[in-house]
Amino acid sequence: MATIKSIIQDVRDDKQFANDRMRWASNIKGFILFLFRLVIIVGICYVILGPVIGIISSSFFSDADSYNPMVYMIPQEPTLYRYELASKYLDYAKTMVSSLLYAASLMAIQVFICSMVGYGFARYQFPGKNILFACVVIMIVIPTNTIMLPLYMTFAKFDVFGIIKMIKGSAVNLLSSPVPMYIMTIFGCGLRSGLYIYIFNQFFRGLPKEIEEAAFVDGAGTLYTYFRIMLVNALPSAVTVAIFSMVWQYNDTFYAKLFLVSDSIVISKRISTITATISTLEKILDPAILQLFLDAGIVLVMIPIVIIYVLLQKQFIEGVERSGIVG
Amino acid sequence: MNRKKKKMSLSAKRSRTGFLFILPWLIGFIWFYARSLFMSVQFSLSDLSVSPGGGYTLDFVGLDNFLYAFRAHATYKQVLTTSVGNMLIDVPLITFFSLFMAILLNRKFRGRTLVRAIFFLPVILNSEAIVDAMDLARNMMSGGLSSASAEMAQASSGGMGIAYYMEMFGSLGIPEFLIVYLMGAVTRVSDIINASGVQIIIFIAALQSVPGSMYEVAKIEGATTYETFWKVTFPMVMPHIITNIVYTVVDSFTQSDVVELAYNTAFTESNYGLSSVFSLCSTAITCLILVIVCGAIQKRTFYYN
Repeated sequence: MATIKSIIQDVRDDKQFANDRMRWASNIKGFILFLFRLVIIVGICYVILGPVIGIISSSFFSDADSYNPMVYMIPQEPTLYRYELASKYLDYAKTMVSSLLYAASLMAIQVFICSMVGYGFARYQFPGKNILFACVVIMIVIPTNTIMLPLYMTFAKFDVFGIIKMIKGSAVNLLSSPVPMYIMTIFGCGLRSGLYIYIFNQFFRGLPKEIEEAAFVDGAGTLYTYFRIMLVNALPSAVTVAIFSMVWQYNDTFYAKLFLVSDSIVISKRISTITATISTLEKILDPAILQLFLDAGIVLVMIPIVIIYVLLQKQFIEGVERSGIVG
Repeated sequence: MNRKKKKMSLSAKRSRTGFLFILPWLIGFIWFYARSLFMSVQFSLSDLSVSPGGGYTLDFVGLDNFLYAFRAHATYKQVLTTSVGNMLIDVPLITFFSLFMAILLNRKFRGRTLVRAIFFLPVILNSEAIVDAMDLARNMMSGGLSSASAEMAQASSGGMGIAYYMEMFGSLGIPEFLIVYLMGAVTRVSDIINASGVQIIIFIAALQSVPGSMYEVAKIEGATTYETFWKVTFPMVMPHIITNIVYTVVDSFTQSDVVELAYNTAFTESNYGLSSVFSLCSTAITCLILVIVCGAIQKRTFYYN
């Protein structure tokens, strides 16, 4: 017994061994933590990517594959027939170009107007500023769905102080065209404009005042200062807002449905009717098969967004992190 | 005297310039938002009939629409309570999940950029059609149509279903509402992950704005990782929890069934007054929730600056 005790004592006294033991313990702890993190991250990435992979793989399924219970993920007889029909009924090239043009032009207006308004709020003092900024927050918080009916009515019988009625004889119906969306965006009330104004406001507030003072001393006018100095400095948040508004505008079906925008301009609206179209025109009645066409169409619709995102994702995520949402 | 006059005119000039900068937005806000909110209230108090040519006439009916919505309408109360209930379940889950993921992703490891890009993907792919198709694909992932029916057969023939686990945890003395809550959380895990892209990014940014010297001090004073989290990290990101809650609540409201019901009531059933009632009531409830939650958190929030 005594010898065992003394051996234990020896082991305890051995500093070298104690060091080793501690290092081992911390190594194992680190490894377990690493494993834990790996499992969680890989798992969650799978949850996010799983359906995307599923859609891509099933868009290549042929009829035989989709009826065969043995086929999982990898089709036995891959076919491009789904893409052929989907792009035919989406009128892909034409719709895509006009859809991208629509989203990009609205994006340009959004960046221009929202940065201007954000700059006005960030740098100038005027009476009622706090109340007005509270209105911007209200715009973010109140969902557009609350005011969809009045908006619909406004644009169904569009008139500015009776001027149009004077010229044309009656108010104009602007629905079923993209004009309402442009009007709303020009007046800073487009899709999620409140959020963009907020982002720009936070960003401009973070810039040092000395920049403008120097410009003022050097004799630059307000507009020159804004366009040539401030806007150039706001590039990171401009990139963030640009991508957000481009992608959300491209994906938006709410306004497109509300203003009855033609689905040859908005591809994400057109995709929602593609199964019905194919079902009637091609006499395909099995919903499981129709779903495959929808999958192919969705892959086609996703392609441009994913390309934009992959190209700009680094600037984008860093922009979100550094430029304002947080403040 | 002369100098004072000049200074005043400069500040007045600046205030005018600032006003010009926000003018487009101000016009839009009054024209589209303020006016529309007023019109919504007006619609909700009247019986609206569309006359040919795009115009409409309003007949004032008082609170009839409200009474109808809450007393007689078949589904509104149910849809409203489920939507609000789901929102109340989701908000804390999404907030804590995104905080947890932000802490995990804030460390440096290989492939971090890729992982962040993947986490943000649901925000990019948020189109209605894409989301619907993804939901369907998620169900199909478990093996397509044929195995779905097989699974259903298995579930009905007993085995280890959710009921079994509920009974097991119930007999441990865990309160039932907690089990139901957790089970709900488990079944909605993919919804929660997909809804927390923006929140994760906001929290990552918040974590990066915590000064490193604070962690150094905590380390020197001998705080453990656990203590550091609760005494340093958590208070510092507290203000952003409010931002995230606001974002989550608004987001989940916009995608809830109430909105769909209001849309259908207006554009399929042409009952505009009732639709306005639906929208207004659910907006009021959302705002009430926001005010209560934010007020409660604001009191406990610590502002560093």
